[in-house]
Amino acid sequence: MPDYQTVDHDVLIIGAGGAGLRAAIEAAATGLSVGVVCKSLLGKAHTVMAEGGVAAAMANVDDRDSWRVHFADTMRGGQYVNNWRMAQLHAQEAPARVRELEAWGALFDRTPDGRILQRNFGGHRYPRLAHVGDRTGLEMIRTLQDHGIHQGMDVHMECTVLALLRDGERIAGAFAYDRERGRFRIFRAKAVVMATGGIGRAYNITSNSWEYTGDGQALAYLAGADLQDMEFVQFHPTGMIWPPSVRGILVTEGVRGEGGVLRNRDGKRFMFDNIPDNYKQQTADNEEEGWRYVQGDKDARRPPELLTRDHVARMIVREVKEGRGSPHGGVYLDISWIKERIPNASEHIRKKLPSMYHQFMQLAGIDITREAMEIGPTTHYVMGGIRVNGDTQMTNVPGLFACGECAAGLHGANRLGGNSLSDLLVFGKRAGEFAAAYARTQSPVSINADEVDESARRALAPFERGTSADGPYQVQESLQTTMQNHVGIVRVAHEMERALGELEVLTQRAERVGVPGNREYNPGWHTALDLRHLLIVSEAITRSALERRESRGGHFRDDFPDKDPAFGTFNHVVRRGPDGAMQLVREEIPPRPAELDAIIKEMQS
Amino acid sequence: MTAPHADEATTGGVDAYTAAQTAQDAAVGHRSRDFKVWRGTDGVGEFRSYTTETDDGMVVLDAIHQIQAAQANDLAVRWNCKAGKCGSCSAEINGKPKLMCMTRLDELPAGEPVTVEPMRAFPHVRDLVTDVSWNFRVKPRIQKFTPRPPDDPDGTWRIQQRDVDRVQEFRKCIECFLCQDVCHVLRDHHMHEQFVGPRFLVYAAALEMHPLDIADRTTELKEEFGIGYCNITKCCTTVCPEHITITDNAIIPLKERVVDKHYDPLRALVRLVRGKRKD
Repeated sequence: MPDYQTVDHDVLIIGAGGAGLRAAIEAAATGLSVGVVCKSLLGKAHTVMAEGGVAAAMANVDDRDSWRVHFADTMRGGQYVNNWRMAQLHAQEAPARVRELEAWGALFDRTPDGRILQRNFGGHRYPRLAHVGDRTGLEMIRTLQDHGIHQGMDVHMECTVLALLRDGERIAGAFAYDRERGRFRIFRAKAVVMATGGIGRAYNITSNSWEYTGDGQALAYLAGADLQDMEFVQFHPTGMIWPPSVRGILVTEGVRGEGGVLRNRDGKRFMFDNIPDNYKQQTADNEEEGWRYVQGDKDARRPPELLTRDHVARMIVREVKEGRGSPHGGVYLDISWIKERIPNASEHIRKKLPSMYHQFMQLAGIDITREAMEIGPTTHYVMGGIRVNGDTQMTNVPGLFACGECAAGLHGANRLGGNSLSDLLVFGKRAGEFAAAYARTQSPVSINADEVDESARRALAPFERGTSADGPYQVQESLQTTMQNHVGIVRVAHEMERALGELEVLTQRAERVGVPGNREYNPGWHTALDLRHLLIVSEAITRSALERRESRGGHFRDDFPDKDPAFGTFNHVVRRGPDGAMQLVREEIPPRPAELDAIIKEMQS
Repeated sequence: MTAPHADEATTGGVDAYTAAQTAQDAAVGHRSRDFKVWRGTDGVGEFRSYTTETDDGMVVLDAIHQIQAAQANDLAVRWNCKAGKCGSCSAEINGKPKLMCMTRLDELPAGEPVTVEPMRAFPHVRDLVTDVSWNFRVKPRIQKFTPRPPDDPDGTWRIQQRDVDRVQEFRKCIECFLCQDVCHVLRDHHMHEQFVGPRFLVYAAALEMHPLDIADRTTELKEEFGIGYCNITKCCTTVCPEHITITDNAIIPLKERVVDKHYDPLRALVRLVRGKRKD
């Protein structure tokens, strides 16, 4: 093994979005040495893009709210395949995590009596999202970043992990390269926390940036960890669609929370046409009641635009399919109409949704205070991910933890808007806390030189193949097209089987990819290295989706359009078999304690 | 729930929405456009010319990505959100500091090549990427947020919306560092040791004007952060993609605080008698 730079930490956090930073803050508070590795600069991770708010049952706006209602909403939204323990802890601990942010300097919008204001969001029974305009994510990541840099953690920016290292069964650290100069680096650590976010770059139309190539899921999988629920990918109903270069960029659900409505080409509010049975009781059946709800009338039921994201996305696809779409192949999202209802509507919209106003004005030349936006679904989030213990966030690999989007369990088959920011706070803290506690029990770890050499050899191979080979961007685009076309919003068996075949070919192409230039800040090389991870998560999504012969949450099967109760009793788990091939098994969901069952039943009535 | 029935979604091939989006790609207007992109390592390099097809509504970052995918795989560029929210893709476009993701090609002169070069106030790394790590070393030097004791027994504070609104402008900062790039104290005079730059004066202002914060940073602003070097040319305000009125709303009020504290003998006396006051 060549003499690579070796960095020692007790706890290594991979990823510096909200989950990674929250984990790092918690682990550093115990006095251990904590390192944070991130692919981008600090503060640029996808948390910064979160717009609508962070869900926490603080009951500041509606005193009927409580952790019990939040728990029941999360389980209903996730179609009951959630890890119920995580849903419980999340609902119970989110308020404290939000208040803690305020103590660290975050400023949220306020109620008239000076408390944290909460807004309506899809699937949440009461106004529950603490927010600041539509840039809540920026406020959160900046608060965590600015607090974190004073807590004694070492941040290794623009550094990409190539492999997790093990010492026998237990985790021993990670092997990485710095993007700037391309030098390899060994991180030796007793505990590793994965907080790498999502997999959006597996699809053409996505709200995710280049970073979200499923690194955490794939690295954990290769290190022997189980992945769970990978079939559940969230297609956010409202992404920009025009002009083509902005396609996929997120339009916050906050637009609908503030009264925005969805209309088809004929001007009809089509969401009233199909309200799922399990939401009928709490959904308005007329426009008037829907408006009263967004205005804060506690007796009114929410408008159907605020149904869960999976359902809204499918309804949009249906409008387009049946020829009632907008000129650019989506539907209209209109907030400007509220000028019929309130004075100073234009000013109100700019104040509550400033970055949406700016985004549409600048990128599409649309003034959202005057005209409707054209929108359509965009790949946004993966509910599935690394399988963890609900309390400790540890995986089946000793010393390997996961939190935030790259972990599975909390959201089940569909995530409610606002639950990701609270997820990363609650479980980021827990992962940091338990990783530190675990690290304290461990003797020093040793690095396996063979693992490192193999990883280095594999990483440098694209340079040896030269530029005549298949380019990394072309392979990535083909992969995205395969997943978008065959394992997207609407799925069917033969399409997914075709996708598996194409993924196999793509895996071979990826093995032949060559890149020009040298190791210094070379995005072509970086893209080539990310392909392996994208291919692993794409295969995991496809295999899990193929096996789920029903429709549930974010997973919709054209050939099995109904929900099948038999599929509600287990999770799909994929793991790497002894022969290196991907195995898929069913893991029973443990029975819910009577107390939680009672809450669910109570809230259903 | 009642799932939509099979006939409501497409059967076979892509879903209707994906198909509709693919169809849009064929419908847009294409024209070819010339770019001059600065390529090189550690400050040594040159402009190289590229020609690429551009579509309606494209931004500079899209063109750079196209060039990267098809003509120059190793073209180094930072980016993340592509929506003006993360502040990663700062560069100098036709000589002006801008975010590549928010600069539409149709707002640049049509008849001439678009020039794209790295920010010039920071050490160069490769192509469009510069070493901005200095900014990340400056921030921890500024005294961190220090709240007053909680207002309520449950550990929470009561804050009025107008007090939240007052500092919102500064908290919109996406740390793109374009203000640092254009500031002549840093760009031309290289006073990185003596002056923290507009970004961190905005940061200090956000803390100083935070409704809960009780720390006082005025002495450091004067002694360590070099606020006096700013001579209010307002270049930073001009380039801020978040339209923060950096000079008028952040720097000038901070300068006034510094002056109040350090040069007003009467107030200095009052302060000596009454202890620290924060206004």
